[in-house]
Amino acid sequence: MTGWVGRPITRFEDDALLRGAGHFTADLPAEAYLRFVRSPVAAGIIDGCIAPDGVMMITDTDLASVPPIKPIIRKFGYVPIAQPVLARGVVRYTGEPVAAVIGQTEEQAEDFADLVSLNITPAPVCVTAEAAMAPGAPVIHPGMADNIVVQTALTTPGYESANAKAAHRVVTKIRSHRQAALPMETRAAHAAFDAATGRVTLTCTAQMPHLMHRAITAMLGMAADELRVIAPDFGQKMSLAAEYVVLVWAALRLRTSIAWVEDRRDNLMASFHARDIAIEVEGAFDNEGRFLALRGDITANVGAYAPYPNTAAVEPLMSFTELPGPYDIGEYSCAARGVITNTCCSAPYRGVARPAITLAMERLLDMAAMQLGMEPAEIRRRNLIRIFPHTTPTGLVYDNAAYVETMEMALLAADVPGFRARQHAARARGVYLGLGMSSFCERTGYGSAAFAARGMDIQPGWEHVDMTLDGDGVVTARIGASPHGQGLRTTLAQIIADAVGVVPANVRVVHGDTDHTPFGWGTFASRSLVISGGASLIAARKIRERLLQQAASYLEAADADIDLRDGYASVTGTDRRVSIAVLAQVHGGFADDGFYDPLGTFSNATHIAMVAVDIETCMVRVERFIVAEDAGRLINPMIVDGQIHGGVAQGIANALLEEVIYDETGNILTISLADFLAPTAHEIPAMTILHRETIADATMTGAKGLGEGGTIGAPAAVLNAINDALAPLKVTINEMPATPARLHAALRGTK
Amino acid sequence: MKLHVNGRDYDIAVEARRTLADALRKDCGLTGTHIGCEHGVCGACTVIMDGAAVRACLIFAVQAEGAVIRTVEGLAAGGLHVIQQEFVAHHGLQCGFCTPGFLMLAVAAREAEPDLTDAEILDVLSANLCRCTGYQNIVKAVSASARRMRET
Amino acid sequence: MKPCAFIYHRPSGLPEALALLAAHAPTGGRVLAGGQSLVPMMAYRMAQPSHLIDINHIATLQGAAMQNGALVIGTTTRHAAFKTGICPGPLGAMLGFVSSHIAHGPIRNRGTFGGSLANADPASEWCLVMVTLGGRVMLQHASGTRMVAAGDFFTGVMATALADDEMLTEAHLPWGQGDQWGFYEISRRAGDYALAMCLVVYRLDNGLMRDVRLGIGGAEATPRRLAAAEAILAGQAPTGPNFIQAADAAAAMLKPMTDHNVTALFRRDLVRAAVRRALHHSLNHE
Repeated sequence: MTGWVGRPITRFEDDALLRGAGHFTADLPAEAYLRFVRSPVAAGIIDGCIAPDGVMMITDTDLASVPPIKPIIRKFGYVPIAQPVLARGVVRYTGEPVAAVIGQTEEQAEDFADLVSLNITPAPVCVTAEAAMAPGAPVIHPGMADNIVVQTALTTPGYESANAKAAHRVVTKIRSHRQAALPMETRAAHAAFDAATGRVTLTCTAQMPHLMHRAITAMLGMAADELRVIAPDFGQKMSLAAEYVVLVWAALRLRTSIAWVEDRRDNLMASFHARDIAIEVEGAFDNEGRFLALRGDITANVGAYAPYPNTAAVEPLMSFTELPGPYDIGEYSCAARGVITNTCCSAPYRGVARPAITLAMERLLDMAAMQLGMEPAEIRRRNLIRIFPHTTPTGLVYDNAAYVETMEMALLAADVPGFRARQHAARARGVYLGLGMSSFCERTGYGSAAFAARGMDIQPGWEHVDMTLDGDGVVTARIGASPHGQGLRTTLAQIIADAVGVVPANVRVVHGDTDHTPFGWGTFASRSLVISGGASLIAARKIRERLLQQAASYLEAADADIDLRDGYASVTGTDRRVSIAVLAQVHGGFADDGFYDPLGTFSNATHIAMVAVDIETCMVRVERFIVAEDAGRLINPMIVDGQIHGGVAQGIANALLEEVIYDETGNILTISLADFLAPTAHEIPAMTILHRETIADATMTGAKGLGEGGTIGAPAAVLNAINDALAPLKVTINEMPATPARLHAALRGTK
Repeated sequence: MKLHVNGRDYDIAVEARRTLADALRKDCGLTGTHIGCEHGVCGACTVIMDGAAVRACLIFAVQAEGAVIRTVEGLAAGGLHVIQQEFVAHHGLQCGFCTPGFLMLAVAAREAEPDLTDAEILDVLSANLCRCTGYQNIVKAVSASARRMRET
Repeated sequence: MKPCAFIYHRPSGLPEALALLAAHAPTGGRVLAGGQSLVPMMAYRMAQPSHLIDINHIATLQGAAMQNGALVIGTTTRHAAFKTGICPGPLGAMLGFVSSHIAHGPIRNRGTFGGSLANADPASEWCLVMVTLGGRVMLQHASGTRMVAAGDFFTGVMATALADDEMLTEAHLPWGQGDQWGFYEISRRAGDYALAMCLVVYRLDNGLMRDVRLGIGGAEATPRRLAAAEAILAGQAPTGPNFIQAADAAAAMLKPMTDHNVTALFRRDLVRAAVRRALHHSLNHE
């Protein structure tokens, strides 16, 4: 009895996208175009901002009644930060929007922006976390003297005594430099005023349209039904863009349609950044290489402001909570802080904090293995958690999984002995090959309880699905989540098709429109398939129950003898059947809903990278990449592999290429794609992907989230591989990206 | 001025500074060609001009007068083009933003050289950026379509 | 990232183009060739020409032919035209190989040989080829023509001897008797700007290197030949130890550019590697 779940069916999303008929925000024509005038300096006092005659300009004076963006966490010493949607008197990072001008075309709007006379008296800057925390550093936000926006610490009662028993102690410091999410589609928004209804329709790139709706109506004092938010697309767009608020304000004021399409320069300079994190870890091990205790110290440079809704606390707090990863580390002591600097704000980007903590843990384990004279795989075997559920020192509960078995799968595929032989032979020829592994577990699909634990004012978590089955036999699911390329229309259709008994082609998934979907939180934190899928399954099962009754009555059989499948209800063992469309017609259609708010589930994976390091040019080539992943039940294996491919590519980019660079004055140097280096097809090797399916009891569908895993595991695997390659030269590198310049410095340092 | 796109003439009035990419999207209404960087690196705006793949963001519309231009909208003749079919079969797209550029890049390369090897295909495809697929399935889709077109 | 407004001209002949340039150069008029460097600079508004004189439709400026032992390359000959051998013999093979390192296919389909020279990016492959082979460029303006040696043409980072009202119309690339050539480029990703590159050309006379020309690019403000390295190789056998000696000499005499990606020390090491590998490449083109 095979169903649709588990089959690699092709996507319903593809046809329109391949014909160039997909809907993207920037495609919409508008009566007027808006362009932002941005701060050319990282810190300063605005002395004046004057538009030439005849140019309509919006500044904070016009927006005096609009409250600032100010998300709140009520724990961890969090100091709320207010970000005016346009700078109010001071600027705090290069690229901060100071004013907006309006033209009839994008070209004209840019001409006008260039003509604006913006005078700023520069102020002292802090670009790095170290500088911002130094005694006497300039205070970036009033009332936050040390520039620390959030901090927390924990030492378990048994830490000191466990640590004292260590036979081996290993310390390492890792540094994850700043990265940008770099969606191929930049941010864009289009706000259209409808004079007949007085409503504004905001079409924008966003992952959480309902939350955008809630935030913008609140900030602009609009009634809920005065704004409709449509989010056809996504990317780097989980957080509220101040620019969108200005745009809706302008549409209301001008009673017209007005658009803003971010260009790549502004995207790299002033959209959200991520991953600017330094971590020191110290492992205390016994004689057999087993963890006795782990100490961590985490500093995240979170930029100048706090994005809504997540605040500036996500990276330091998530690092703090999830640092131990898939290992039984015994006792734990950790301190973490988020530091405000004169740089662009940091916001959640695929993987959020986990690429850095995984790098810290996996470097630590490789260094410990070397110190203990052990194979890297062996020390992991001794420390990976084997008994579930497992409660971590920070109170996370890991659900059923198979961490060791997943790692063994990856090792087998990698043929480590074969690699070691090749590596040995290559070294004789002066060629440095390396193999690196990394294991991690990833908290996914978590509901409101997890967000409540963070003390967030906004507590996302659940998802809601409205479902109908109409007389044409088509199921329509209206979801609050807002997919962006992961193929959720297809995977939800598979889940719903099995539950109701229709073919996936007869399932319509409506999303990304606040007029036509129930409230939902959106797409982030590897949650959409798990939570929206769970809610869909709940709704679909309710409809199924009623369909069964209707079919039993129609076919004069017992409920238990009815089989619902691919559009028909049939009586098992007979040729009596009726189409589900007819049943729906007879019944006048079916409607129900599903609400799902799970605790969360942990997926896990082991990544193995094989690299070649050219020690003359310091260039690294990733030659092979293996992923063994356990994300529970696979709804659509083709889509799963696609998610992993893309994640790993972004992880390799994080490890080797991509870096946002500021100079010491806070000027950003990486504002073009000739400077911020995204990988091409040449830099990404062919990947081997293997799956285990530990069915998650913790979720409705048995599936665990996996959208972010690729980005989490890949950087550490690549860095470990580079270190393995360079081990004969006694060179280590614990910074990413491991650029040629950094490798050169490391190699030269030993010569 | 006139732009000849996908076998049709478009009479448009544009400033000299309007790029071909913007003219296609805003003045011809052909929004399938996407704009990802406007400085010639990402390739989302790749179209075929007089038989060669070019960056439509690095050509002014006025320069393209008299040229034969093909965009993603002209690829399918009713049913999907072979390469579009292979993108479906191999899951060669996710968000779909870079996809039109990759399709035009690959079609132009294949039409110029029917016997591209897999290594040459990889080299061709390295001209454009994709953020979703890690290129794995784009490479497979283009290789498969090249094989299919050779066989037929 | 929309360019500033400009007035567009599409001359169909060279005299018309030169007249337009003479008329508009004093007020910011510029020549538009392939546009693959100029248009991005305009998108960032780092270039704001008032007039653009599009020379892509002047048929006489395109194509290449051998004349008196030199390949004469029309200024709007596109990079892609070099791919499969623009001329017979080792010169065509070398130019084809070098051209494959210039950006990516769609850029090569538009970018031009003359445009690259006039743009004078330190990392330009064609600039290195011109300097290493001792090429000359023809510069024309409304009332005259002059020939300038490549070594004198490039005056700094994106700076040349070209006057505002002059157009680079031809490049003359001589090919001596040497049939050995090697090229190696180091860049972050395939198609990226060179961090260092080396072109070497020589002939073998009874197993010894003669008429050695060795140029480096991407490492200093302008490409140049390294006489000291050439002297080490001249009259010697093409062997690994000699190559290392030449590479060391090249690295030692470098005045490297530095930036946040490449320190002077690193650039020296990259040049050393590029020189040695280009020399090895001259022995084996596989």
